[in-house]
Amino acid sequence: MAMRIRNSASRGTMMSRQISGLRSMSSWWKNVEPAPKDPILGVTEAFLADPSPDKVNVGVGAYRDDNGKPVVLECVREAERRIAGTSFMEYLPMGGSVKMVDETLKLAYGDNSEFIKDKRIAAVQSLSGTGACRLFADFQKRFRPDSQIYIPVPTWSNHHNIWRDAQVTQKTYHYYHPETKGLDFSGLMDDVKNAPEGSFFLLHACAHNPTGVDPTEEQWREISQLFKAKNHFAFFDMAYQGFASGDPARDAKSIRIFLEDGHHIGISQSYAKNMGLYGQRVGCLSVLCEDEKQAVTVKSQLQQLARPMYSNPPLHGAQIVSTILGDPALKGLWLKEVKVMADRIIGMRTALRESLEKLGSPLSWEHVTKQIGMFCYSGMTPEQVDRLTSEYHIYMTRNGRISMAGVTTGNVGYLANAIHEVTKSS
Amino acid sequence: MKTNDFSSSSSSSPSDRRIGALLRHLTAGTDADRVSSVFASPTSGGAGGSVFAHLVQAPEDAILGVTIAYNKDPSPIKLNLGVGAYRTEEGKPLVLNVVRKAEQQLINDRSRIKEYLPIVGLVEFNKLSAKLILGADSPAIRENRVTTVECLSGTGSLRVGGEFLARHYHQKTIYIPQPTWGNHPKIFTLAGLSVKTYRYYDPSTRGLNFQGLLEDLSAAPQGSIVLLHACAHNPTGVDPTLEQWEQIRKLMRSKGLMPFFDSAYQGFASGSLDTDAKPIRMFVADGGELLVAQSYAKNMGLYGERVGALSIVCKAADVAGRVESQLKLVIRPMYSNPPIHGASIVAVILRDRNLFNEWTLELKAMADRIISMRKQLFEALRARGTPGDWTHIIKQIGMFTFTGLNPAQVSYMTKEYHIYMTSDGRISMAGLSSKTVPHLADAIHAVVTKAL
Repeated sequence: MAMRIRNSASRGTMMSRQISGLRSMSSWWKNVEPAPKDPILGVTEAFLADPSPDKVNVGVGAYRDDNGKPVVLECVREAERRIAGTSFMEYLPMGGSVKMVDETLKLAYGDNSEFIKDKRIAAVQSLSGTGACRLFADFQKRFRPDSQIYIPVPTWSNHHNIWRDAQVTQKTYHYYHPETKGLDFSGLMDDVKNAPEGSFFLLHACAHNPTGVDPTEEQWREISQLFKAKNHFAFFDMAYQGFASGDPARDAKSIRIFLEDGHHIGISQSYAKNMGLYGQRVGCLSVLCEDEKQAVTVKSQLQQLARPMYSNPPLHGAQIVSTILGDPALKGLWLKEVKVMADRIIGMRTALRESLEKLGSPLSWEHVTKQIGMFCYSGMTPEQVDRLTSEYHIYMTRNGRISMAGVTTGNVGYLANAIHEVTKSS
Repeated sequence: MKTNDFSSSSSSSPSDRRIGALLRHLTAGTDADRVSSVFASPTSGGAGGSVFAHLVQAPEDAILGVTIAYNKDPSPIKLNLGVGAYRTEEGKPLVLNVVRKAEQQLINDRSRIKEYLPIVGLVEFNKLSAKLILGADSPAIRENRVTTVECLSGTGSLRVGGEFLARHYHQKTIYIPQPTWGNHPKIFTLAGLSVKTYRYYDPSTRGLNFQGLLEDLSAAPQGSIVLLHACAHNPTGVDPTLEQWEQIRKLMRSKGLMPFFDSAYQGFASGSLDTDAKPIRMFVADGGELLVAQSYAKNMGLYGERVGALSIVCKAADVAGRVESQLKLVIRPMYSNPPIHGASIVAVILRDRNLFNEWTLELKAMADRIISMRKQLFEALRARGTPGDWTHIIKQIGMFTFTGLNPAQVSYMTKEYHIYMTSDGRISMAGLSSKTVPHLADAIHAVVTKAL
């Protein structure tokens, strides 16, 4: 049988290759290009590599206390104490922990939601928010292959990767208004109106990432009505429930409005930030269906997508969530701790804005306190961000997004001063 | 269609105002006739109902469905020989002592943070896992030619590896053995590869169809990917001998076939971690490239924590670096970064000499119990004079035995004896105990002597 030679450089060594292996042949992977660094996670890598004692990390969105330290919530520590040594580590079902999913749906849909009572929600435990979005994108591709997803501009950069890898066509809709550093509401409504009927839209339920700009309640109602008229599908990414305002019910308002208006929505929920469970990868994907039968059907199909990806989701994080939300005292503690985190961030927004104003900045920094959640879209240019990094050892993503969780009473003055220096002549 | 007059300035409810605003928005620039035909009811689910109304219910997963059926059965003598999770003599799940110790260590370390792992996972875990499967003295590791990423157990490692191959490897076909774990074809298909099979199991001998295997791999196009079960083939329990592995290796290297090892039972098959890794190490020793998916589900009993690793052995260190960067692009849009808990437990155990040694003893105990169950079942069938050759029960290795029973026989055993297994006749030896072996032997005897 003729043997095609893949690598012409080793043509002469074909015989020895047959006998001894492949030492003389080059790698199958020599044409593999080095991949670009992830824009967000690459920031922390660069920060860690910086030896400067003044360095500040306002890049990745992980909460820090006022000493700049990561936090493990007390309710989580207590839950882990209860779990350790007591349970088996058997496989969860493909759809994950039923108990955890039930508690999670209550958070999004409401404790007394009729949809929960009527069993109309198809829901599976997911690998945090990323995993929920990806499962939904794969599901959308499989069952609505001709559909596309409308994604806001800007959005968390990984959203584009997710729907791209799911091979769903992407379109964008106006969202952020650079001039006002607020919402481009009329642009958004135009895009919603002009999209073909029955389009799929990705909405940030609260604390939009990266801008921190959310529609008002009134605006959400109008968006919902327009969605109704256009028969659009609303998929909510809710990564910050409780973390934005300090009140989980308030942060779910956009979703509740859509539910009241009769939409059949999809939701991605994450416990990464609001329970500090980042590395545990715990979240939930839910799809509201017409009836119980359809919910069972949809769930079975979601499981078909999970099985060839990871078979069943990880146990530990789900156990932590179930333990906390299933115990009224622990749940109460959690709600307090979430409010503390949200309040600290709101406090830092105020501090940063006031510091900049005191420094006599010629620019308006009103948006710092108007925006909500972990991130502030500062309005700085990539070049200004580069100067912050190279001259002041301040690390953030080049779109000018500041993670307010990284701001402390200890570094807010330094940060304000640096921002003032690089922006005062603009 | 109902029409509402929203143009009246006297309508004052917020809902009507919103609808009015909506209508103005929609009809901007169009003629007035359109206004009256717009219908928007605040309580309907949209004109077309659910966008997913056309879905049909997916079939139950064949393997996991067995446990579901078992759980529903009220019989006190029921026996679950379906899913491959280890059970003790008492029929209970087992959490290893070393795992409990590692858990405590993690809990007691208050300084531990649970932030996001890097996309590639827990770095220490990755290094230790590579050493475990390739050998601490592996030249590939010494030469920095291995890239290892933490993944969600075996399934996740296979999927990430498959996606990487579909994007970057020049051949998009993977050959999987006939039969194989039911999830394999789905994983690789969704990863973007096309799936073909090669002969593996010989029903007439209940052993390896070695001739067929060699023929089929010889006929595969140059460069094709080949999935190999490193040890304890699932579902048959039939493994090549070392001599046969050497022949397979020579053939594959001569055709440039890319080996993709699925190692789900290292240490669990023979009781020895090194013995069970030998086939993989033979391939690494010839200097060639390969992929290996590792799972800690069974050998460390970490099933639900989803701990595993994908290692790609490359020809050169700089290649390994670039390969790693591309693996990250597969992982990030799938789940961003892997779960921290299970990998942390593994790292605590593998890095500590005492815990590691203790683990090897617990591992051997599990493997020995399974080997003992094989012997007992074989003896029980011999004692009953059950017709047929049952030596495959003791020749096959690992958690599963491919009994050779057909679906009709399996069905009968479930109905009459409340014994649950997959319809291909695969039984999980881990689900047996000295107490239940007689019941199973009776059932097999009954079904074989009946004309089914």
